[in-house]
Amino acid sequence: MSNAPPSAAATGRKSVARTVQLTKTYRLGNRLEVHALRGVSLDFQDGDFVAIMGASGSGKSTLLNLLGCLDHPTSGQYFLAGRDVSRLDDRALSSIRSRYIGFIFQSYNLIPQLTVLENIQVPLSYQRREVPGGRERAIRLARLVGLGDRLHHRPSELSGGQQQRVAIARSIVNNPHIILADEPTGNLDSATGAEIMDLLESLNRAGRTIIMVTHEPDIAARAHRIVRLRDGRIADISENAPRAGP
Amino acid sequence: MLKRLVQKLRLGVSSLMLHKLRSALAVLGILIGVTAVIWLVAMGEGVSYQAQQQIKDLGATNIIIRSVKPPQESTRAGGSFFIEYGILREDYDRILANVPTVRRAVPMREIVREVRRMDRVLDAKVVGCTADYLALNHLSLARGRFLADRDDEQLENVAVLGHKTAAVLFPYEDPIGQTVQIGADFYVVVGQTAERTASAAIGGSLEAREYDTDVYIPLSTLRWRIGDMVMTSRSGSREGEIVQLSQITATVENLDEVDPTAEVIRTLLQKYHKVVDYAVVVPKELLRQAEMLRMLFNVLLILIAGISLLVGGIGIMNIMLATVTERTREIGVRRALGATRQDIILQFLSETVVLTGMGGLLGVAFGFLCKPAMSAARWAMQRLLPEVMATLPPNIRNLEPRITLWSIVVAFAISMVVGVVFGLYPARRAAYMDPIEALRHE
Repeated sequence: MSNAPPSAAATGRKSVARTVQLTKTYRLGNRLEVHALRGVSLDFQDGDFVAIMGASGSGKSTLLNLLGCLDHPTSGQYFLAGRDVSRLDDRALSSIRSRYIGFIFQSYNLIPQLTVLENIQVPLSYQRREVPGGRERAIRLARLVGLGDRLHHRPSELSGGQQQRVAIARSIVNNPHIILADEPTGNLDSATGAEIMDLLESLNRAGRTIIMVTHEPDIAARAHRIVRLRDGRIADISENAPRAGP
Repeated sequence: MLKRLVQKLRLGVSSLMLHKLRSALAVLGILIGVTAVIWLVAMGEGVSYQAQQQIKDLGATNIIIRSVKPPQESTRAGGSFFIEYGILREDYDRILANVPTVRRAVPMREIVREVRRMDRVLDAKVVGCTADYLALNHLSLARGRFLADRDDEQLENVAVLGHKTAAVLFPYEDPIGQTVQIGADFYVVVGQTAERTASAAIGGSLEAREYDTDVYIPLSTLRWRIGDMVMTSRSGSREGEIVQLSQITATVENLDEVDPTAEVIRTLLQKYHKVVDYAVVVPKELLRQAEMLRMLFNVLLILIAGISLLVGGIGIMNIMLATVTERTREIGVRRALGATRQDIILQFLSETVVLTGMGGLLGVAFGFLCKPAMSAARWAMQRLLPEVMATLPPNIRNLEPRITLWSIVVAFAISMVVGVVFGLYPARRAAYMDPIEALRHE
């Protein structure tokens, strides 16, 4: 907890996700061990917007995978929604992902054979309980991201920016506690990337917690905080001045 | 729950539509398997139905006693020029007198003789019988009348011609009232039977019987005019046979009386025959044997068709493995979005089951084409290779496939089981991928 940001206590806001001395070691072959994370403790509050930066190999993808409950840490703890999820089995982790986490990927990762509307609804089909009015909710979100007129198009009929908008709508359809974005603008030109960032910012203003991995400084500058990783450790945490509203 | 299932199936269909040709080929494999099951079983059922029909024609309440030529050295009149064997007229009387359960017994004697009409000659089977013979063998008349009891009592020289016999001897005229010559005697034709398809041999117990080349005359007339003796010339030497009756058909009242009555008749005949020169055939027993044979046949057919379904299943598995590899990324995305391993298994399994289910449904649809396909094949054979067609045995020539409900149910069920069995491995493979690896897959 030594390198936990002081703002956590200062703001007095609710913590939604917290890591304690998270480490991850990959074993390659018999002897070679790769220490991807060497003890990372972070605290994310409700409504946070955090950018994680670092050179390739710094451990930012590993951290994102652990935050997304796609992997187990070698040691350390990860609290999500007040519960240690670092030792849960596959089935429980799937359930955690479906309830608390929204994913946005660099390459959008929409399912090609499904329409926009169906893509947005995919996370709902994995909820343990049937979500009433799921379709209406998906339509509302499609309008929110500006694709109300493209509901029945397939991903191949959309531009990159439009596909990422669909992905963003998909990431919030299950009302997650945190949204994890992995280089959300990495495949987009800067103008489209800026639009996507506007969209993420507006979501954040609406109260969504966003954790974003990026290596572009001007993208990271849109976040409230920037966490820099180096060799699996937190090298630096900086606060951005709150930007003026549009 | 049902809604989710429908959703899964719809998703399966839309994924399969991505590769139409590939999916179509996979469906084809199952389709052929299912169609094969239905067609093979339908044909097998058709054949056995024919056999059963014939056995039923013999009558389940009948007991057939036939003369059988015993092995040469053990004949009754050993060393004599004549071989005497078979059922005796006394046997007929004895059966009627001593077996109370026998309601009716119809004796019959058949001899192959040359039948003439002017310059037309035919080697016909001359059947000496009584009036009951017509009904007993389910024959019907085309013209005139059948033999009457009075003909037998008065030793009338009257004859009823079979369909083909009449056609050969009287190609242009009405045979009724005309005369035919059998041996040295002339007979007045009083009737003609309608055409009847020959019955096939059943097991080894009954020979095939063709009715169309028959000539029927009263039994007593046959005894009086022709006698019991048959002379045959074979490779220079002459041989004589003395047979009194070729067959007696005994009828009992109830089905349960068949077996005990047959037993009594056997015992009775044993007492008066030193050698076994007769056979007691029970059609009811034949029916049971035919049933057994049919079951065996069906099991064999299902085995063969099952192998073709297995091959289809392997094809499906191959395609699903390719699909899983191709859609690794999608699997990773779905896992990240909250899908459990079970969700992934169900997704791919439902795709396989949609494939095999479609194959199964189409297979059933094609299965119903068995009858038209058979008649088309028959028609083509008749047009292109009539001489080959003529050499086929009648039960193949006249085969009517009978589609049975159980074969459809079994075939469809097997196709679904194939889908689950062969879909499970690819689906599990998809489910146990590491989601991180899967997301990174290009």
